[in-house]
Amino acid sequence: MGRLFDFMLPEAKSPTADSTDALFHFINEVSFILLLGITIAIIFFAIKYRRKSDDDVTPVIKHNNALEITWSVIPLILSLIVFAWGYSGYLNLKSVPDDAYEIKVNAFKWGWNFEYSNGAISPAELHVPAGRPIKLVMQSRDIIHSFFVPEYRIKQDVLPNRYTYVWFSANEPGESHIFCAEYCGTDHSGMLAKVIAHEPDDFDTWLTTSNTGASDDPVEHGKSLLTLNGCQSCHSVDGSKGIGPTLKGIWGHDVTLSNGSTVTVDENYIRESILDPQAKIVKGFELVPMTSFMGILDDKEIDSIIEYIKTLK
Amino acid sequence: MTTAEATKVKSLKVQRFQPSDNPTKNFLTEEKGVWAWMTTVDHKKIGIMYLVAVTFFFAIGGFLAVLLRTKLLSGSSISFIDANQYNQLFTLHGAIMVFFVLVPSIPAALGNFILPLQLGAKDVAFPKLNLGSFYIYVIGAIFTFIAIAANGLDTGWTFYTPYSSESGTSVLLVTFGVFILGFSSILTGTNFITTIHKLRAPGMTWGKMPLNVWALYATSIIQVLATPVLAITLVLLMMERVLGIGIFDSALGGDPVLFQHFFWFYSHPAVYIMIVPAFGIMSEVITTFSRKTIFGYWAIALSSLAIAFVGFLVWGHHMFTSGQSPIATTVFSFLTFLVGIPTGMKILNWLATLYKGSIKLDTPMLYALSFLFIFSIGGFTGITLGALSVDIHVHDTYYVVAHFHYVMMGGTLIALLAGLHYWWPKITGKMYNETLGKIGSALIFIGFNVTFLPQFVMGSQGMPRRYYNYIDQFAPFHIASTIGSYILSVGFLLILYYLLHSLWKGKRAPANPWGSRALEWQTTSPPPLHNFEHSPVVINEPYDYHRPMEEFQLGIALDQGEDSDHTEKEKV
Repeated sequence: MGRLFDFMLPEAKSPTADSTDALFHFINEVSFILLLGITIAIIFFAIKYRRKSDDDVTPVIKHNNALEITWSVIPLILSLIVFAWGYSGYLNLKSVPDDAYEIKVNAFKWGWNFEYSNGAISPAELHVPAGRPIKLVMQSRDIIHSFFVPEYRIKQDVLPNRYTYVWFSANEPGESHIFCAEYCGTDHSGMLAKVIAHEPDDFDTWLTTSNTGASDDPVEHGKSLLTLNGCQSCHSVDGSKGIGPTLKGIWGHDVTLSNGSTVTVDENYIRESILDPQAKIVKGFELVPMTSFMGILDDKEIDSIIEYIKTLK
Repeated sequence: MTTAEATKVKSLKVQRFQPSDNPTKNFLTEEKGVWAWMTTVDHKKIGIMYLVAVTFFFAIGGFLAVLLRTKLLSGSSISFIDANQYNQLFTLHGAIMVFFVLVPSIPAALGNFILPLQLGAKDVAFPKLNLGSFYIYVIGAIFTFIAIAANGLDTGWTFYTPYSSESGTSVLLVTFGVFILGFSSILTGTNFITTIHKLRAPGMTWGKMPLNVWALYATSIIQVLATPVLAITLVLLMMERVLGIGIFDSALGGDPVLFQHFFWFYSHPAVYIMIVPAFGIMSEVITTFSRKTIFGYWAIALSSLAIAFVGFLVWGHHMFTSGQSPIATTVFSFLTFLVGIPTGMKILNWLATLYKGSIKLDTPMLYALSFLFIFSIGGFTGITLGALSVDIHVHDTYYVVAHFHYVMMGGTLIALLAGLHYWWPKITGKMYNETLGKIGSALIFIGFNVTFLPQFVMGSQGMPRRYYNYIDQFAPFHIASTIGSYILSVGFLLILYYLLHSLWKGKRAPANPWGSRALEWQTTSPPPLHNFEHSPVVINEPYDYHRPMEEFQLGIALDQGEDSDHTEKEKV
C-alpha cells in the first residue's frame, strides 16, 4: 500500500506474490535512494569543482581505506539480504502445497489447453477454484514456451522433453491474462489465454458441464478435437488465410506441394499430414513447420477429424 | 618509491620530447591510397577500418530498431510489417548489435588505435595477425549478410533450440558466419594480451599502466577463454541440423535446455567483453576532465579482472525459469550478487575521482557523467533480476529488455561515444564543433531515457518481450518508448553530421587539446606512422596530474653520453 514504485506492478492475486512484491519494492527504494545520492553527487561536484583556470591544481587522493571498505561492505550486506529474501520467496514458489488441485497444461504453437482429471479439456481458458492451491503440470508439444501470469507473479518454461510444474492460488474469483514468455515464432504474441477463477461451487458446476471432446457423432467429435487441440490457430475452417492452409473446401481437391507435385486430399493424405506433417508440405507454407500429432491423437480421433473435414465444403 | 626501478633503468638517459602542434607528417599522409589501406599493418588504420565497419553495422542495426519501434506504435496486426517480418527484424537487430557492433566496438576499433599508443609501442605485437583479424571479421560479416539476404533469420539472437533446430530460415549459414566472426575476436584478444605483456614502454610497470589498458587486458582474457565455447556450441548446432545428431533437439533425444547452458556460458562472459572496455574509457575520460589522480587505481584495475573471472560463473542466471534444478538456480543467484559488488565499487571510485577535481564539462565528460547515471540504473535493475523470486516475475519481459539496453547501450555505447569524442582529435587531427557535441550528448541522454525507462514499467507490469502485438494496457508505454527512439535517432544523425563535417572543415587539433597526462596525447595529432618519433619513457603513474607535464613527455635521449641542457637524468 502506498509504496513509491506501486505503479510498476500489476495487482497481486496470489498469496505468494506478496513476498515477491515486497522484495521488488525494497530493491527499488534502496536503489532509488542510492541513485539519488549518486546523481546529486555528480551534479554537486560538477558545479562546485568546475574548472576555474587551466592551472588548477588538484589534491592527490589515491585511496581511503575506511571509505572503500564501507562502500564494499554495505552493498555486500544489502546484496546478501536481497539474495536471502529472493531465495525464501523462490522456495515458496517451488514448494507446492500437498492439497493442491492438479491440472495438466499443454502448450503448443500457438495456444494452450488445460486438461482436468475428469477428462474435460478447456482450450485457452484455465478455470480454477478460488482459494485453493492449483498445481499445473505442464508439457509442450513442440518447442519451448513459457507460462506467465503477471498477476500471480509466476512464470515457468514449458519444455517438450519433460514436465515442469508451477503452482499458485487465486485469492478471489476473477480473470487474469496468461502470456507465453518464451519466444516461439510467428504467433508468439498471439499465444494468450486467461485464468478464470470461480467460487468453488461454480467451478464444480463448470467442470461437470465442460467439454470432454467425447461425442458419438464423428463429425461433432472431429470438430471438438480441432478446437481442443488448437488446430485453428493455424488452419481456419472458413477459408481465410492463416499460418497453415485452410481446411475449408480441400476435401477431394488437388493441392500443389512445395516440390511442385500435386496430391489429392484424401484420407491417407490427411492422416499423413497429421502424423508426419513434414512429409508433404503445401506450396507457400514451408516457413513454419507443423508439429506432429503422433501419440497425441489416436486412430479413432483421426477418423473423426477426417469426417469433419469432409463436411467443410 | 622506486628504488628497484631506479636500479633497473638507471643507465637510461632521458630527454623531453614536446609533441609538435603542427606536424608535417602523420600516419594518414604516409601510405596513401586504397591498396595501402587494405594491406596496412598499421594498428591505427586497422582501428579506423573497424570503426567504419562498426559504424556501418550500427547504422543498420539502429535503423532496424527504429522500424521495430515504429511498428510497436500500435498493438494490432494491421501494420507495414507482418509477424514473420517483425520476428526477423528483431533477430537481426539483436544479432547485428551484439556480434557486429558491441563485441568489436571498443576493443577492436578504439582499442586497436589507442592501446599501442598508451603503451608507448610502435604497433601491436602481431601486426599482420591484426590485419588478419579484421579480414576475418569482414568475411564473417559478408557471409552472415548473404545468408540473411537468402532466407532471413527468425530465431532471436539467442538461437534457442529446438526452435532454431526446426526454423525454415538460414540458421545454419548465419551460425557459420558468427562462428567465423568468433575467430576475429579470439585473435584480437591474443594479440592484445601479448602486446600488453611484451611491448610496454621502458618504465611502464603494471602499476603504471593506464586503466584503459587494464580493461582491455581483462577483456582480452575473456575473449580468448569464452569465444571458443560459442564456436563449440555453434558446431554442435550445425552437427544437429546437418547430420541429425540429437544434442539439443528433444525430437532426436537431445535436451534443449543444454543449448541454453552452452549459449550463456559464452554469452554471459560476452556481456563483460562488451562492458569492461567501457570501464577503461571511463577511467581515462574522468581523470582527464577532472585533472586529477584516479581514486582507487588498484581497485579499478583488479575489479575488472575479478569481474572477468566471476563472470564465467553466473551464466545460469539467464535460466531461472528454464527448468534447471532449483539448487543450481540458487547458486547462480548468489554468485550473481558477488559480480555486482566490484561493478558498484567502480562507479563509486569514479565518483570519488570527481571530488575536488578541476572538472570541465566538455562533450566526452558529458557522456562519461551520463554513463555514471545510466549505468547505475543498469546495475540496480540487475540486482532486481538477480533476486530469485522477483526474476521469476520479470524474466523475459520488457524489464529485461530495458535492463540490458541500460547496460549495453547506456553503458557500452555511451562510453564508446565518450571515447570517440575524447580521441577524435587524436585519430583525425581535427576538432569537432563543441556546441553541437553538447547538444548531441543531451539528445542521446534524453532520447535514451525516454526510450527505455517506460520499458521497465511495462515489463514489470507484465509485457513479455519479442511480442509483435500487445494488449491495450501497454500502449502508452510503447508509444513513449517509440518517441524516445526518434529522439535518439536525431541525436545519432547529428553526431554523424558534425563528426563528418569536422573531417573537412574542422579546426586543426593540437597534440593535446584536453591537457591530458596520458601517453597517447604526448605525440602529434594524428600520430606519426610509428606512433612516436622517439622511444617514450614512463616515470610517473598514469594519472599523476600533480606532476608537471614535462615528466610525461620523456623519451630515451638521442645523444647518449653527452650532457646537454635538454638531457636530464631519470628522476627517482
